Amino acid sequence: MSAVGDALLMAQRNLRRIPRNPDLLVGVTFQPVMFVVLFTYVFGGAIKTPGFDYIDFFLPGIVIQMISFTGYATALGISDDLRKGLIDRFRSLPMSRSAVLAGRTLSDVGMNVIALATMLICGFVVGFGFNSTPGKIAAGVGLVLLFGYAMSWVYCFVGLIASSPESASAMITVVIFPLSFVSSAYVPTDSMPKVLRAIANANPITTIVDALRSLWVGTPAGTDIAFAVLWCVGIIAVFSVLATAKYRSTVAR
Amino acid sequence: MAAIEAEGLRKEYGDVIALDGVDLRAEEGSVLGVLGPNGAGKTTTVRILTTLLRPDGGSARVHGLDVVRDAARLRGEIGLTGQNAAVDEALTGQENLILFGRLYGLRRGAAKERAGELLERFALSAAASRLVGTYSGGMRRRLDLAAALVARPPVLFLDEPTTGLDPRSRISLWETIEARVAAGTTVLLTTQYLDEAERLADRIVVIDHGKVIAEGTGAELKDRVGGDRLEIELGDLGQVGAASAALAELAIAPTTLHDGILRVAVAPADGTLVQALRRLDAAGVAVDDLSLHRPTLDDVFLTLTGHSAQDAAADAEEDA
Repeated sequence: MSAVGDALLMAQRNLRRIPRNPDLLVGVTFQPVMFVVLFTYVFGGAIKTPGFDYIDFFLPGIVIQMISFTGYATALGISDDLRKGLIDRFRSLPMSRSAVLAGRTLSDVGMNVIALATMLICGFVVGFGFNSTPGKIAAGVGLVLLFGYAMSWVYCFVGLIASSPESASAMITVVIFPLSFVSSAYVPTDSMPKVLRAIANANPITTIVDALRSLWVGTPAGTDIAFAVLWCVGIIAVFSVLATAKYRSTVAR
Repeated sequence: MAAIEAEGLRKEYGDVIALDGVDLRAEEGSVLGVLGPNGAGKTTTVRILTTLLRPDGGSARVHGLDVVRDAARLRGEIGLTGQNAAVDEALTGQENLILFGRLYGLRRGAAKERAGELLERFALSAAASRLVGTYSGGMRRRLDLAAALVARPPVLFLDEPTTGLDPRSRISLWETIEARVAAGTTVLLTTQYLDEAERLADRIVVIDHGKVIAEGTGAELKDRVGGDRLEIELGDLGQVGAASAALAELAIAPTTLHDGILRVAVAPADGTLVQALRRLDAAGVAVDDLSLHRPTLDDVFLTLTGHSAQDAAADAEEDA
């Protein structure tokens, strides 16, 4: 009985369903492509990004926003497992107690790799180019995956506390959707009204997008990179503890 | 030796007392039926015994292991089939069983072999590589039970295993459970179906509102109701008096008339039916239908609680 082995088994279980479930497949492939193309050609001309091609400014934003949503499937999946009694079965097995959530967050890393690769390829096609060193580009990729991993734990927690997949979906729409838009993902925060700007500047997504922009296209970074990593580590620390505690005490609905 | 032993189990959810001191005992290799309406505390009991829930009071041992202190070790010795068929719909039947086998600690090859055996035994071989999402209700239940048996656990918990199944699937599941018991497995089975408990269980505990209100074999519980029951449908209701008089010597309680059917409580004895028919015939009473009923566990429930199991279930659903 090994925790790592059990987590890998669970991750494998989650990854197996991707090619079988059109929703999941569309979520990590078609949707990122659609966002890159749509935002570049529909909004691109209307938004001023002084000193940068819009696509260069925009791609780091879309990457972070897309990645912040990949875990959606995890929240719905956990909620569904709870409702169907599968979590009960897993908890009654002599398996590692951390494996269900560790497996989910691991398979999300796989999903994020697919989504990120799709977006980069699509970005290159519509004119995106790195303006940076290979080391910084790789660090940016690392930051994206770290952020995705952190969001996975948030989604694990949401899936465990939601009373149904529908309510998990509602929580995500109410909390994470606005959070991802009221940020520097698509527009410079200077263009926003005062109150929104304050929110956007305090938003970790802004910090992380700015850090990624700096790593990939050479915008001034300031303290953003350090804070971006801190945010991710902080989110992982808090939500992995919350989700694990909730998992131990949770019962099927 | 007792394979399942529980003393004074208590569980509260806020103000609601789910279990109010439940005692249970199942001998090794026997079937214990836990009978009660919805909301009586059956599932809570199973959750505690399978380590999913910690009791607020009392203690329990399964296969000699304490359900709280030895929870981790105990999980390797039990199989659980819950109320829902807890299998992964996005995997095939075979993938499900291999996954559960490996989570029980089997190696890949052994898990695959075991999955094959179980699919064969549960008549699922033909559907082994189909996604479980396409299975019928009965097939899912069979797969769920197969999943519980992957590690050949000595103790099996079945929480309402046949709820929602069609009669044919129920009987086939019963036969499977009987085969496990014949092979030496101890089974705790919860059910709200009286016929299911009668058929499968060696001993039955009746639970209502978180308490054990009766315990015994099916026959012992029936004795509490006392006697068999003759039911007579008369051709002419004007003959009720004559019929009652003719059967007076057999009756052990006053006869009753309800919905046009005359009911006579009689002592359990051979030949009662023939005697009754002769007496009615001799008295010139025209009989449309005559039948002898052994008491059912529903009668037992009515006697013990003053309400029928079905009414209690309906109450519990209204409360929920």
